[in-house]
Amino acid sequence: MQEFSSEFSAAIALILGGDSELWAIVLLSLKVSVFAVLVSALIGMPVGAALAVARFPGRRMLIVLMNALMGFPPVVVGLLVYLMLSRSGPLGVLELLYTPTAMIIAQVVLVTPIVTALTRQVVEMLAEEYSEQLRSLGVSRLASVPVLLWDARLALVTALLAGFGRAIAEVGAVIIVGGNINHVTRVMTTTIALETSKGNLSLALALGAILIGIAVAVNAMVSAVSLRAEQEGLSHA
Amino acid sequence: MRDVICDMSNCLTVENVQILSNGKVLLDVPSLILDGPGPTLLLGPNGAGKSLLLRCLHGLISPDRGRVVQDGNHLGAAQKARQAMVFQRPVLLRRSVAANLGFVLKRQGMGRRARKARIAELLAEGGLDGKARQSARSLSGGEAQRLAILRALALEPETLFLDEPTSALDPGATQMIERMVLRASARGVRIVMVTHDIGQARRLASDVVMMQGGHVVEHGPAKQVLDTPESEASRRYLAGGLVT
Amino acid sequence: MFRAILRAAVMALGLSANAALAETPFIVVQSTTSTQNSGLLDYILPWFEAESGIDVRVVAVGTGQAIRNAVNGDGDVLLVHAKSAEEKFVADGYGVERKDLMYNDFVLVGPKADPAGIRGGADILSALTAIAKAEAPFASRGDDSGTHKAELRHWSAAGADPTGASGSWYRETGSGMGATLNVASGMDAYTLTDRATWLSFGNRGNLEILVEGDPRLFNQYGVILVNPEKHPHVRAASGQRFIDWLTGPDGQEAIASFRLDGQQVFFPNAQ
Repeated sequence: MQEFSSEFSAAIALILGGDSELWAIVLLSLKVSVFAVLVSALIGMPVGAALAVARFPGRRMLIVLMNALMGFPPVVVGLLVYLMLSRSGPLGVLELLYTPTAMIIAQVVLVTPIVTALTRQVVEMLAEEYSEQLRSLGVSRLASVPVLLWDARLALVTALLAGFGRAIAEVGAVIIVGGNINHVTRVMTTTIALETSKGNLSLALALGAILIGIAVAVNAMVSAVSLRAEQEGLSHA
Repeated sequence: MRDVICDMSNCLTVENVQILSNGKVLLDVPSLILDGPGPTLLLGPNGAGKSLLLRCLHGLISPDRGRVVQDGNHLGAAQKARQAMVFQRPVLLRRSVAANLGFVLKRQGMGRRARKARIAELLAEGGLDGKARQSARSLSGGEAQRLAILRALALEPETLFLDEPTSALDPGATQMIERMVLRASARGVRIVMVTHDIGQARRLASDVVMMQGGHVVEHGPAKQVLDTPESEASRRYLAGGLVT
Repeated sequence: MFRAILRAAVMALGLSANAALAETPFIVVQSTTSTQNSGLLDYILPWFEAESGIDVRVVAVGTGQAIRNAVNGDGDVLLVHAKSAEEKFVADGYGVERKDLMYNDFVLVGPKADPAGIRGGADILSALTAIAKAEAPFASRGDDSGTHKAELRHWSAAGADPTGASGSWYRETGSGMGATLNVASGMDAYTLTDRATWLSFGNRGNLEILVEGDPRLFNQYGVILVNPEKHPHVRAASGQRFIDWLTGPDGQEAIASFRLDGQQVFFPNAQ
């Protein structure tokens, strides 16, 4: 226990000391995950909303598949993205392996199903409520998509934050496609894995503490957003 | 049934409409011509088919047989665009009061400045001045329904359908809604409204359609139907008795 | 809130653009965790980078994975320690030429209590035999790495087959050296580790070196340029320059001057 507390105080000192290596790693993590979530939003929200309002054969299957993809193991995603981006893979010529872009791609693959599935759920509920009114106003199914997305905005922010939580805390996929290269693709989770394997627990702990801090901040934002939604009568309950 | 002479260019008619579900007839109206000078109110017990008829007239439900004709034309997109509907539970967009009105005005292609002026006008009409920026979802029940009516009126419809708009409201809120409906009617908007409230029918209706079991049992001037009902079903409904 | 997200997006985009602008020439080296975790590469690479202007990006994984990645063409230079696998890599046409670079040595570490009674021995084979006999906990890498391959060679030379005890006293972690040391430290198990990782490892707990100095424990590192005939995109000129530097007097001297706890752990022996 004594050892743990000494490691822990060393970790605190690293955070408070503004260690520039440490903060560069934190910043890269944030940039990669924020970018990945934005790309996922651009794909997942329209697709999720379309799944909610459109009616076509195979729609049920597609929804089941989307929900199943939410639990896809990150290591498998990492492996698949590696095989795509490897020089021997179909996208090898793009030279993306071992770059932050490769990590963004892996996280997009992980996060998009979450954003899509949650968007589908939220928009479908809202569409049920709005359906007659929108038809009465002469709004077609297709034209209703942006209306529904905008009116579900607060719930969608929650979905994005959930996706961000998965992206930033993920290690299995990004360590395979990023390579954990110092100053290039080393992010919080891969550093934690590396420093733990070096037995260098204080840096690992410091990053772990920051990761937990980010998780708490994200969850606080989720709860603040839903509180605001309730106060303004924007929630869907 | 009274004899009517309907100028086909100015009325709403139902021809041989049937709506079926699992072999059961939910609505069966061989002929109905809505041409009263003022609001027409649909009365009848629960399950009589009032809301169903209203949705059919508005094109939200397509009849299994027969058709609805407005002003001499089959009910199509152009005809529907000249109608508006207010629901029992107002469905407001999760936006500000003003944005709920702006949404329909913008869809009609109205420019930004014109919209602003029209929104102010409408809010004054519904007694919602000062609430423009408030979230529509935080309005009281009466305010929300007034906003729903204003949004329907913003479409400048020729026909306005209302499905029990005051069933959940207190007398004060109900009175404000009734005034809005009468003003719209006075401006020439054809009003077709479902209600359970016989007093409301007396206050608003020029014509009454009495329904039971998916059928129209009586249709005529309000005073006549309400004071000297011809059918047994109407008499029992108006007497507050159970209709079986 | 949406504006904030948008700003973040612009920020992220800006960063990617900057990164693209600031691109300096680089090579990717597929290497092992031992060279990275010990700090050797962090120590010697700045010299090469300053002299050549070439950025060296190290992907540190197990030897098995490093070789597979290099076979796929995902690297320019391979720096690992599993001589026969390296020779096969070259023979299969994936590498140009294998050069000896340096060696370090393995040590057998274990709990201070030493239930198998092997302390102070200099014979790895008899030590392993004693462990198997005592059925004392032993943590194996179990990940097809160079260290794992060396360990299996010694078991087989000792005439013991611990894989039958897998899951009881013989624990295969399937992880890197550091992770395996963490496991050994946590359950007071014996394990075979390279000296460099051991010296730089910070969470030793009850573990200490029990057997060392057996010539069979020497651990040869080789360096290979990935064959540009197999993978035309290989940065052959930069990669060759790196190999020439490593095996030349400057690189060899740099390796020799690296110290952990005041000890030299890598011994250059390029010809």
